Order: sequence, then structure tokens, then C-alpha cells
Amino acid sequence: MDDIKTVAVAGAGTMGSGIAIVAARAGFETYLFDTSEDTVARARKQTEGFFAKSVAKGKLTEEQVSEILGRMHGTSKVEDLATCDLVIEAVFEDLKVKHDLFGRLNDVCPEHTIFASNTSTLSISEIAGGSGRSDRVVGMHFCLPAQLMKLVEMSPGLNTSEETFNKAWVFCESLKQKPVRTQDTPGFILNYFLVPFNNDVIRLIESGVAEPADVDRAIKKGLGYPMGPCELLDLIGLDTQVRLCEAFYEVTKDPRAACPPLLKRMVAANRLGRKTGQGFYNYEQDAMFGG
Amino acid sequence: MEYQVIKTEGESRSFPNGSEFMSNASESSEIVVLIGSKAGDALGALSDQESKRAILVELGTECLALHTGESRGREGSNILGFARFRLGNDAPSDLVELVCQPNSSDEAIDSAVQLFKEAGLEVSVCRDFAGRIIDRLVRPYYNEALRRLDEGLATADDLDLTLKLGLGYPEGPIELLERAGLADHHDVTKTLFEVYGERAYAPARRAVVAKQRTQR
Repeated sequence: MDDIKTVAVAGAGTMGSGIAIVAARAGFETYLFDTSEDTVARARKQTEGFFAKSVAKGKLTEEQVSEILGRMHGTSKVEDLATCDLVIEAVFEDLKVKHDLFGRLNDVCPEHTIFASNTSTLSISEIAGGSGRSDRVVGMHFCLPAQLMKLVEMSPGLNTSEETFNKAWVFCESLKQKPVRTQDTPGFILNYFLVPFNNDVIRLIESGVAEPADVDRAIKKGLGYPMGPCELLDLIGLDTQVRLCEAFYEVTKDPRAACPPLLKRMVAANRLGRKTGQGFYNYEQDAMFGG
Repeated sequence: MEYQVIKTEGESRSFPNGSEFMSNASESSEIVVLIGSKAGDALGALSDQESKRAILVELGTECLALHTGESRGREGSNILGFARFRLGNDAPSDLVELVCQPNSSDEAIDSAVQLFKEAGLEVSVCRDFAGRIIDRLVRPYYNEALRRLDEGLATADDLDLTLKLGLGYPEGPIELLERAGLADHHDVTKTLFEVYGERAYAPARRAVVAKQRTQR
């Protein structure tokens, strides 16, 4: 699209890295920013591994991958984002962290730059309130793993201008993603259903009704879901589920959104899922999903 | 593996008439499978129960304990419950929920798992709670989808599309309930609501209306 040529993703975790892949793959100059240089380097290594698998599967040629990687720039300096037309934040689900980030970006980026939030539970209007440019903030919630999933939930905040929302929508389509418009309500559509559902699963296991493998088998075979809920929780990260619960429960006070005690115990024991090699299942590899 | 099937009153939701599972059964066996909507009622008339390796009772929405009784959390024997998961009028799925009690016999469980696997089915073992695994987890999700549709979170099409694209579900909740039957959903979730008393299981307005329309 004409207006947006250079984009940035702030936060080089699993989600941020995946979004950066989507943007660079669609032809945009893409900065992947994180305050930790180690995190940026790890994301680059995983991204190269992901594209190597894409080549092996015949989805991309080595030349194409070389071009895509040439468009991806890792950085730990926020000043490097000064030329960006759109910044998507994918940092912790913490309103203050997001306000601090957008506050710094507001000083660095030009007036026209759109700030997008990949938040899955926080209010876009509240995030926009601390951005310094609330009319140019929009919700763009990608799904895990972002480099493979097409859906993006797009939500305007109360002050988001129609022009901003439309530009972000067209940008999303130019990424070859599928945007769906949702209200700025807690969890939008996906997490409104998923967070309590996953908590119900954890409570079911905690109360001894069934083992994780039996729950996953039942849900996959009985309903045709591609992943069992325990497999999905291990992919999302159990610490992420805790943060989702805290953010979601804070706003909704829905008892199903409250963090189950077993989840807290597993996080305390560093059983965070794939990222630490143990969650509901044991893992031994450290590779990005798909290819 | 040999097994005997005793068909009781009312059609089986797990193995409808004419199913291969029934035609492959033996005249008698150490493993007895009671099927039909009144399978549990037939348990009392089954003689020589202790000599069987396993007695498998088809369940509806009720707990196995309705037929076996319970005793201070020490219940359990060679009698197990089972049901193939089935949504409304859909065909039975290939998933069997095998219901055990705290002191169920390991030999009975192993035999039941082997029996159903040999019949081409997959088995999830669970304890004896209403809703077992799948209904216990999905009925709150279906109720919430119907409530949020009423509240205008998104259109039915967008709700379905988001959950299909976002989570890879084969169907969205609204189209699934329309196909499988809102009135059936009402009946299942109402049973769970009576057991657990949690709002999440309370039938959503659209399910209540659909049920009422079947009673006019």
C-alpha cells in the first residue's frame, strides 16, 4: 500500500517475531525492536530456522528468503524506529509497559505513524490514552503462531479516527491476513472465549477428572480441534496464561477468568510449557513452530 | 477381543442399530457391554457380575454412580461407564469417554480401552463427573457464544469466522449449534447446571427459546 512502507514490531518474543515475519514476507521493511539484544539475536536465529524450513518444504526459494531476511532489521535502539509508518507493539500485557513504550515512540516517530497494539486482553482505548496520539492507535491482535495464522482481530478505541482504522485495515489486508472487526471489549472475540475455556481445562485436571493427554485426545477426536487445549497452553506459555487471567479478571471479574491454583503452581515451578521444556508435557527442542 | 452386547430398551446413542460393533459381538463373554438409553437400568438384572472381567454401561448425561451407588469415595469395581461423544443429531464421534470410579479395577479399564481401540475408536479415561470431559468444557463456551451474540459483540458469521480462523476449529459455535440442535444443547447444559449450579452452565436465552418452541 502507498502510505505504509516501513513498519516495526516492538517486542521480539514468540508473537513479535511471528508478526515481523509476516510483515517482511509481505514486502515491508521491518524493524524488530526489543530492549534486550539477546532477545533480538534469539529471534533472528529462530526466524532463520523458520525460513530454512520454508525452503525445505518448497514454499519459498533461497533467493526469496534472502530478500525477506534483508528486509528484517533487529535493533535494541528505539531511535531506529524513527522512519516507521506503523509500529505494532507485542510486549507484556501490562498497561504501564505499553504506555511507557508508546510514550517513547511518540517522541521518536513522525506525526503520521500509526501505533497498533497486539494486546489480547487490554482495552485499546486505555492503551491509546497513554500514547500521546489516541486518534492514531488501533488494536491489531494476531493469533499464535502469527507467521502461520491468518486472523487479525481489529478494534478501534473510542478516539481512533476512521482514517487510522481504515489505513490499518488496508495494511492488514496487504499482509495477506484476514482482519475481523471487533468491539473494544475485554478479550475481543478470541480470548473472551479462550481464556476461560483454558482455565476450565486446568481446573478439570486439577480436580482429577482426567489427565492432560485424555483431555487433549477427547477435544481433538470428539470435536475435531487441531490442537488439544493442554498442547495449546504449552505453546502459548503458562506464564502468558497467568498474565491473561490477571488482565482479564481485573476487568471482567468473571470467576472463570480467575487464575486456577494449579496454573500458579506450575508457573512457580518454571513449568511454563515449550519455552522451558516442560508444561503439561515434556519437550526437548527449541525451534519455531511451522515453516 | 471377545465381548457380549446386551441391548436394552431405547436406541443406543453410541452404537445405533446396525452398527458393526454390535454385529461383531459374541453370544457370551467375560466382557459385557450394556447399551441403549436404559442400559443402566438393566445392570441390576445382570447375573454373576463379579465373575466378569468388565461390565461396560452406556451412559447418557447421568453419572455411573446412579447405577452403581457410591460409598465414602471408595466406590469402584469391574463396572465402568462409557459414551461415545455425540453432538445432538450428529453421528457418534470416534471418541469414547470411559468413566471410572476411585477404585475401579485396572483390569476392567485395560480391557475396556483395548476393546474400544480394537473397534477403531479412541478412548479418553475420566472420573465419574457429570459432563465427563467434553460437555463439561464446551457447554459454557456454547452458552457464552449465544449470550455474546445477543449482546452484539459481533455478527454470528464473524463470531464463527474468528473462532475458526483463530483457533482452527472446524466449525464456529453458532453454526455448530444450529446444525446439531439448540434444544439438545439446552437439555445437556441444563443437566449440568442442576449438578454444578454454576452460571456458565445455565442455558442461554436462545437455547431456552429453542427448547420452548419444541414444546408448543
